Amino acid sequence: MQNMAHRNSVQKNSAQKTQAPLTDYLLRLGDSALVLGQRHAQLCGKAPALEEELALMNVGLDLFGQARNWLGYAAELMAADLMAAEPEGQVYDADSLAFRRDAQDFRNLLLVEQPNGDFADIMGRQFLFDAWHVHLLDGLSHSSDPRIAEVAAKSLKEATYHLRRSSEWVIRLGDGTEESHTRMQRALDNLWQFTGELLQGDEIDQAMLAAGIAPDLETVATRWKATVEEVLEEATLVRPSYDAWMYTGGKVGHHTEHLGFLLAEMQYLPRAYPDATVW
Amino acid sequence: MYAQLVETGSSQLKTLDEMGPEERQFQERINDEIKIEPKNWMPDAYRKTLIRQISQHAHSEIVGMLPEGNWLTRAPTLKRKLQLMAKIQDEAGHGLYLYSAMETLGADRDEEIDKLHDGRAKYSSIFNYPTLNWADMGTIGWLVDGAAIVNQVPLQRTSYGPYARAMIRVCKEESFHQRQGYQILLTMMQEGTDEQKAMVQDSINRFWWPSLMMFGPSDENSPNSAQSMAWKIKRHSNDELRQRFLDQTVPQLELLGCTAPDPDLKYNQETGHYEFGEIDWQEFFDVVKGNGPCNRERVEARRNAIDNGAWVREAAVAYAAKRQRRAA
Repeated sequence: MQNMAHRNSVQKNSAQKTQAPLTDYLLRLGDSALVLGQRHAQLCGKAPALEEELALMNVGLDLFGQARNWLGYAAELMAADLMAAEPEGQVYDADSLAFRRDAQDFRNLLLVEQPNGDFADIMGRQFLFDAWHVHLLDGLSHSSDPRIAEVAAKSLKEATYHLRRSSEWVIRLGDGTEESHTRMQRALDNLWQFTGELLQGDEIDQAMLAAGIAPDLETVATRWKATVEEVLEEATLVRPSYDAWMYTGGKVGHHTEHLGFLLAEMQYLPRAYPDATVW
Repeated sequence: MYAQLVETGSSQLKTLDEMGPEERQFQERINDEIKIEPKNWMPDAYRKTLIRQISQHAHSEIVGMLPEGNWLTRAPTLKRKLQLMAKIQDEAGHGLYLYSAMETLGADRDEEIDKLHDGRAKYSSIFNYPTLNWADMGTIGWLVDGAAIVNQVPLQRTSYGPYARAMIRVCKEESFHQRQGYQILLTMMQEGTDEQKAMVQDSINRFWWPSLMMFGPSDENSPNSAQSMAWKIKRHSNDELRQRFLDQTVPQLELLGCTAPDPDLKYNQETGHYEFGEIDWQEFFDVVKGNGPCNRERVEARRNAIDNGAWVREAAVAYAAKRQRRAA
């Protein structure tokens, strides 16, 4: 799997081709955290209560921290690859990965790039992601790659808090007023099509499982379903069908129209001032 | 100063002899530097002044999230994004402490927030200025938080216990933000491109005078100061704090290699203080009255957040009631 178009030639010649799937996998983890963090950044000053203002910034902060860890590791692997092939080549770091890649090179889940919408959309997106994130990170904390295990263990503590909070909101909104119930159900119905991507593995996921780096996505899917069913039932919400049509592609760089705008805003400074090396 | 122009409702100070027994006992307690606590008797005007000041301070923390939030999605590195987000989160937290301190005086948070939204309550004039380039995130940390700290450090000894204790927590975090803000500017000035350096100077040019205005009107135009100082709510005059801020800030400005947009700024060897030009008081009073560059936008953003979230809060209340019924 190629990560970046302009690196194709380097990767083909690289002696460490086996690192490419791992790098790609790290980009998936890092990009999903980064893009969801960016959605939180857009919410600053817009929360329904002061306490939520604090909570949204807190969750966003955790996600950006995780993005920095995953992308930092990905960048080190890419730099090592590059050094082996071309010692004078460009060196990547977490920032260059975050701010200099275009949409087709992003590997985040489609779910996390969905617009904020109303508070039900925000909490629905968060809950569906958190329920997956917690089980995935739990698996990753036992990774054969000690660096991944370490980052996952730290991230798991944060994600557990995120899941508690988003579950509580889904329940509160689902079992709150008629209006909040309607909104929460609508949000869930709209977001559902992006959940297939969380649970459906591809060759990268297979490679990570085979290397003992990542858990079996089927196990994660089973646990995700149990968490989702439990919370939706308590929230008096109707779970959409697992057989529904699923919109996928984020993990291989095929995104919805939303990501381009998100990146245009996020990357504008480093791109407008390419000569600036420090900020 | 996050609370400027706080009405005390009295322009003439009473002597101890003119006070009734309760009020005299209260004033003596203040004179002896004993903190006033929520259950102690206090004059109604003291209570109202403090509610105005603390709510103004709390509102400033919350409205102050907006000019910085404006750049949160555009912060140029992950480290800066994390720092800025943590800072904004701290500000929301400061708002919460301050509303809690205010509620110990019998005021209601939601009612005071309504006053902010319909223009009856003020917040710091500084947050009515737009953030137009990234360097503003550094300048706000350095100058705006710097000015706030100069004001808040003495407030750690303010006469009302809950307010004083809130300030101790707030000051620790604010000092950290100020250093980070200065670091943003220093990095751009010392290691940045010419374009980045120009951003820093442009930002200082725009925020310099508004920061000096944060200390409120000059002493001769501060009719409420005498009462606030007698009550030891305020511990120093506006001009005194403004001078202190300027004296500590000019050397930092020089270290950056930047200039102030003030041709009259100079050091006076005899007094050991910096002298500065005349503040545009017309602009100050315009902004305080609601006619600054962003006044309408800021209040509207806050009102929208609360209005658009009404159904969420109603849902939370309805759910809590259901749960309570089920538990019963």
